[in-house]
Amino acid sequence: MSFLELSHIEKSFGTVKVVKDFNLSIEKGEFISLLGPSGCGKTTVLRMLAGFETPTSGIVRLDGADVTHQRANQRRIGMVFQSYALFPNLTVAQNIGFGLKVAGVPKAEAAARVTEMLSLIGLPELGGRYPFQLSGGQQQRVALARALAPRPKVLLLDEPLSALDAKIRVSLRTEIRRIQRELGITTVFVTHDQEEALSISDRVVVMNGGIAEQVGVPATVYNRPTTRFVATFVGTLNIFEARVDDAAQGRVTLAGLSVTLPEPVTVPAGQTIGLAVRPEGVALGAAPGRDIVLPAEIEDVHFLGSVVRLRARAGDALLSIDTFNQSGFVPPMPGTSTQVSLSSRDLIVLGA
Amino acid sequence: MRLARLWWWIVFVLGALYFFLPLIGTFEFSLRARRGVYSFDAYERVLADPQFQATFAYSAVMALLTIVLGIIVVTPTAFWVRLRLPGLRPYIEFITLLPLVIPPIVIVFGYIRLYNTSSILPLTGSAFGTNVLLMCGYAILALPYMYRSVDTGLRTIDVRTLTEAAQSLGAGWFTIIGKLIIPNVLGSVVSGAFMTFAIVIGEYVFAALLNRPAFGPYMVWTGGNKAYEPAALAVIAFVITWACMGLIQLGTRLSRHARVRS
Repeated sequence: MSFLELSHIEKSFGTVKVVKDFNLSIEKGEFISLLGPSGCGKTTVLRMLAGFETPTSGIVRLDGADVTHQRANQRRIGMVFQSYALFPNLTVAQNIGFGLKVAGVPKAEAAARVTEMLSLIGLPELGGRYPFQLSGGQQQRVALARALAPRPKVLLLDEPLSALDAKIRVSLRTEIRRIQRELGITTVFVTHDQEEALSISDRVVVMNGGIAEQVGVPATVYNRPTTRFVATFVGTLNIFEARVDDAAQGRVTLAGLSVTLPEPVTVPAGQTIGLAVRPEGVALGAAPGRDIVLPAEIEDVHFLGSVVRLRARAGDALLSIDTFNQSGFVPPMPGTSTQVSLSSRDLIVLGA
Repeated sequence: MRLARLWWWIVFVLGALYFFLPLIGTFEFSLRARRGVYSFDAYERVLADPQFQATFAYSAVMALLTIVLGIIVVTPTAFWVRLRLPGLRPYIEFITLLPLVIPPIVIVFGYIRLYNTSSILPLTGSAFGTNVLLMCGYAILALPYMYRSVDTGLRTIDVRTLTEAAQSLGAGWFTIIGKLIIPNVLGSVVSGAFMTFAIVIGEYVFAALLNRPAFGPYMVWTGGNKAYEPAALAVIAFVITWACMGLIQLGTRLSRHARVRS
């Protein structure tokens, strides 16, 4: 049995069902991200885990015990909020020690734990400050330390980086992952930022319309999305419409070319299917190993630093092409006629 | 521009005269107890009067008890309405405004009818019971001010997230209200408390009709029987009210985190 288990969880607010038959098993020490657009139900799942919402149906099991109807203050689940939620009337040290005080931990032991937590988050000298005297990043570190101080069984992070600026976000997410690995704490992280989810998670749960569309390791979710939503939500995609010639052989016609896909398709012959390829899977010009070569016209060039993103029209399809900005690379001018190539192995068959 | 400024000054001076002249007049009159010279004789007599001391002490104690009752009733109510029952807010606000539109005499007659010695809860049958009834009445009178103060304070903090953060750390309702909510709205609670104090100290109708030895009825009795002492009492009452207003200002800076901020 898994350490944390959500089985057949459903949640309705009035007549609106926001979470539908949600199932997830999390192992001890795992870092799971719930990724999805606003309103997909990811925060509601997290709140049900925390005990702030009760599922309309289904069971939440933690460490073998059914906690579905247990109150939030009895679950031993730490939570970090988007808005930090530090107690304004308490100092940093008092904030971190709050959970320990509530649990009746002896003063000396609590003080030692607070000191340990302060050094864990790299703010050993700020114990005497009040929350408003800290920057956003510092406040969120304190919130993390406060959640971790009472040694919770699970750590929940509700979009903890959303209110921070880009640079702090990246450094803090690395730090969160370091601390999580160091303590080996089971963590559930909610975000709408795919880069965040893919970069720090052991597994990602992509949610849409209250259901888990795909659960998998970041590379699988990115490279082999199982639904059209996951394919389009995670990363950028170039989508082609192709006609199925032989479903069992995986043979299709794409832009007038006969292409054999790496796997059979489930759509009957004669019908069209969606095929997708990541921008980094398309190359400018013909290249060895790339069996699909299409004539194209460059429409736009975006310089993104380490990467140059080209937009090219190939027949009906408008393609995004990512090329590394290597020394000597001269991007083509808009309006240039060229060829683009891709490998049929990189094509992702889009489901429903 | 200059004309507008002149008008501004005229209005200001007229307003100030309208407000301060009666006060100055009362104060001046209160100093005339000794023939021919200004003195504080009236104040000395008032302050030395055992009845003044007894009634003032009685009202002060009643005010403190009313404040405690108000905090116990209003803070959790306002907190709960903000946290779980935001749809009820307009109704709660309406209820808390009722004491301003229902005359105290109506309320107190209602009390006397409901809690007289032949009722199920004969509170007026004993001095203690009547004191309890009076305290409840004062709490009702102060409700509009107390509720608004606390509610305004709650508006400045993210009640829901702070509550959830505390719950996830294992805190129960008493800890959340006592250690987090009240300290974070302390300035507002103190404002409400001093408003309550000012209302209770000068209240007449409830105390007179329930026949309790409060400061309000004493002031009225003195007004009818003495010459200079009522003026001295009026000045004392003003000083108390202004002191309360000053303390409200101080109260907003009471909590340490707020003091650091300013």
